[in-house]
Parts: sequence; C-alpha cells; structure tokens
Amino acid sequence: MMSTPGETGTESWPLWEVFVRANRGLSHVHVGSLHAPDSDMAVRNARDLYTRRNEGVSIWVVPADAITTSDPDAKGAYFESPAGKNYRHAVYYTKSEGVKHL
Amino acid sequence: MTSPADLSVVENEAGQALFDDLIAKDSRIEPRDWMPEAYRKTLIRQISQHAHSEIIGMQPESNWITRAPSLKRKAILMAKVQDEAGHGLYLYSAAQTLGITREEMMDQLIEGRARYSSIFNYTTPTWADMGAIGWLVDGAAICNQVPLCRASYGPYGRAMVRICKEESFHQRQGFEILLELMQGTEAQREMAQDAVNRWYWPSLMMFGPPDDQSPNSAQSMAWNIKRFSNDELRQRFVGMLVPQAEVLGVTLPDPALRFNEETGEYDMSEIDWTEFNEVLAGRGPANAERLRRRREAHENGAWVREAAHEYARKQAARAAAEVA
Repeated sequence: MMSTPGETGTESWPLWEVFVRANRGLSHVHVGSLHAPDSDMAVRNARDLYTRRNEGVSIWVVPADAITTSDPDAKGAYFESPAGKNYRHAVYYTKSEGVKHL
Repeated sequence: MTSPADLSVVENEAGQALFDDLIAKDSRIEPRDWMPEAYRKTLIRQISQHAHSEIIGMQPESNWITRAPSLKRKAILMAKVQDEAGHGLYLYSAAQTLGITREEMMDQLIEGRARYSSIFNYTTPTWADMGAIGWLVDGAAICNQVPLCRASYGPYGRAMVRICKEESFHQRQGFEILLELMQGTEAQREMAQDAVNRWYWPSLMMFGPPDDQSPNSAQSMAWNIKRFSNDELRQRFVGMLVPQAEVLGVTLPDPALRFNEETGEYDMSEIDWTEFNEVLAGRGPANAERLRRRREAHENGAWVREAAHEYARKQAARAAAEVA
C-alpha cells in the first residue's frame, strides 16, 4: 500500500483531495486537488476553485496523505478475482430472452 | 545473487513495457504508474509552463478591471480573471502529482527560470484589447487545449477538460466586446480594428514554431501528449477566424490570406518569427513588468501564507493537546 501522489514531505502546505456533491441524492465525486494550510481553508479554497458555476451543494476535503491506495503495479493480480466470472452479470443468462419482466 | 541495480533494471523494463502498452492502446498514464524520466520531465515542464501562463495571463486583463465601461463588463472581467487563477491552480496540482512541489514551481517562475506563453508579454492599452484577447488569444488557446483533454497523462487531461469548459465563455465574451464596438461609433470601430491588428499575429504565434522547426513535437506526439502539429492547429484556427471576422466586420491583417482550393488550406504571409524569438528571449513589450508584478505579489503575500501556516500548526497542536 502506498501514499497518494502529489503528497510530499517537502511542501509547507499539504495537498487535499476535493470531492463535490453535485446535488442532493448524488454521491460526492472526486473533482481534483488543492493546496491549503488546514481543513477550514481547504474547504473555502475548494468552494472558490471547484464550485464557481454551481457545481455543487456540498464539499468534502481529505488530506491526500490520509488516502491509502492499492499498488498500481499489482493491477493484474490484484483485480484477478472477477476475471472469468461473467456469471456475475445478468447478461450471462440468455435462456430467458423474450420472457417478460426478467 | 541479484543486486539491487539488476532489480531496478528488471523493474524499469517491466515498467517500460507496461507504459508502452498503455500508450499504444491510447489509454491513460496515472500518477503512480512507472513512466520514463523524459516523459515525466516533459510533462512537468509543459504543465507548469501552462500553469504559469494562466497566472501571468491574469495581468493584461486585470489592468482593465477598474476601467471596464460598465458594471456588467467589470463583473464579467473579474469572473474571467478569477477563472484564470483557477486554471493555474488546477494545473499546478496536476504538475505536483509528478513529484515537483508548488514552491519549486513558484521559485522557477519568479526567478525567471520558467517560461510562460509569450502572448502575455504584450500590453493592453485599449478596452478593445479585452475583446481581442478573448476572441483571438483565448480562441487560439482553446484550439490548442481541446486536444489536450485527451493527453495521455490522466491528471493533465482531467484538468484540461475543466479548463476548456470554462474557457468557451472567455472567447464568447471577447467576441461580444468586439461586436459591440464594431456596431458603435467610427472611433470605436477603429479601436476594435486596431486591437485585432495588434493581436492577430501574436495569436498565430501561440501555436509555436512551424513543424519543421519544432524539435520536441514528434516525441510529444509519440507519447500522446500532443495530438496535432503546430501548423495543423494554426490552420484550423485561421479557418475558424475567417468567417467570424466577417460577422464582426473586422479585417484580418494579412493581405496574403486566402483559401487555397487546391491544398484545402489557407495561404498566409510568413509569420515574423524574429519577433516571436525576441519576446521568448525576454525582450517583449512587457516581460520585465509581468515578472516584477508576479514577484511583488508573491513577496507581499508571504506574511499571509506564513500566518495561515502558523495558525494551522497551532490549531493542530491544540487539538492534539485536548485529545491527550
């Protein structure tokens, strides 16, 4: 497991990842990152930077170094389990074609 | 036994193979993927220069905020300059994902070690310049930037998507300023034409040197950072301008400009690359002024950054003490 890109110990201000909820009922979606001294300033900066055109009704900011991510180099092996298990998808089952409400 | 040096060679080979495969599939490279050092360096240079251009680009227009002819125009201009600050910040964040710090980029800019688009070294003596910048400079920028939305480096492409969405308002408001002037008095029409005369050639230079003199283009295209050549984009831009100039009623200041039925392209006069190189070398009309103001703003803001940092440190210490 690795830290998040862009997060370096040499920055005087930490990097924050910004998530915006476009409307009630939708989830917060990652929109980008920014640079701020603390979480209050990060939220204010995120408002100015990422919601200048009514893009959202709610903002989350997360310190980039608080995010744990999977190892990108292990992509193949790590996500191998679903491969070959297409019976997990409805389209796998074709015999019911033409039958209503299925 | 395998030495660490051998291991890193093996890792690099595997990384290069994965990288080549992603590029061949026209997929995206993400921050923690292995990437060739030259790719990383090229992107850091390009994205930070792009960010610097947005930040320096605030100056020629902020020059007119206090003197815009109406409250509406003032509000629009402020929104546009604010967008440019935002674009700079998206891009600095994207560059940071490649391992360069914000401070390093700032230092490179204010110490004059980094480049930014030469176009911002021209001055804005009249209100019509706000129109010409929006129509021609932002127009050329959009032409350059739309293909960058598909740049192979994920964070760069995503920043560009956001920027392009916002940029189209910039171009339209510029066109509208010129249109209003062209429908005004004789003096206003002259002012609009004069601004178009001054900004036309510099805006064509924004696409960079001709293809046969652009040494880095081939590599950038092979890496899917750049999608079209400088000359292709310049042609596309001129093709869009010609009918727009007719709507405006302005004349594009190139007597040789005409559509060539045989080649399917616009014939145009030779661009004065001496001027381009002079401005690039720091001898443009406002190079020194732009950097001086940027440096001053940075230095004058130092106490704010320090205070915010110190406040954050104290708050964190207090919170830690309360938990303990």
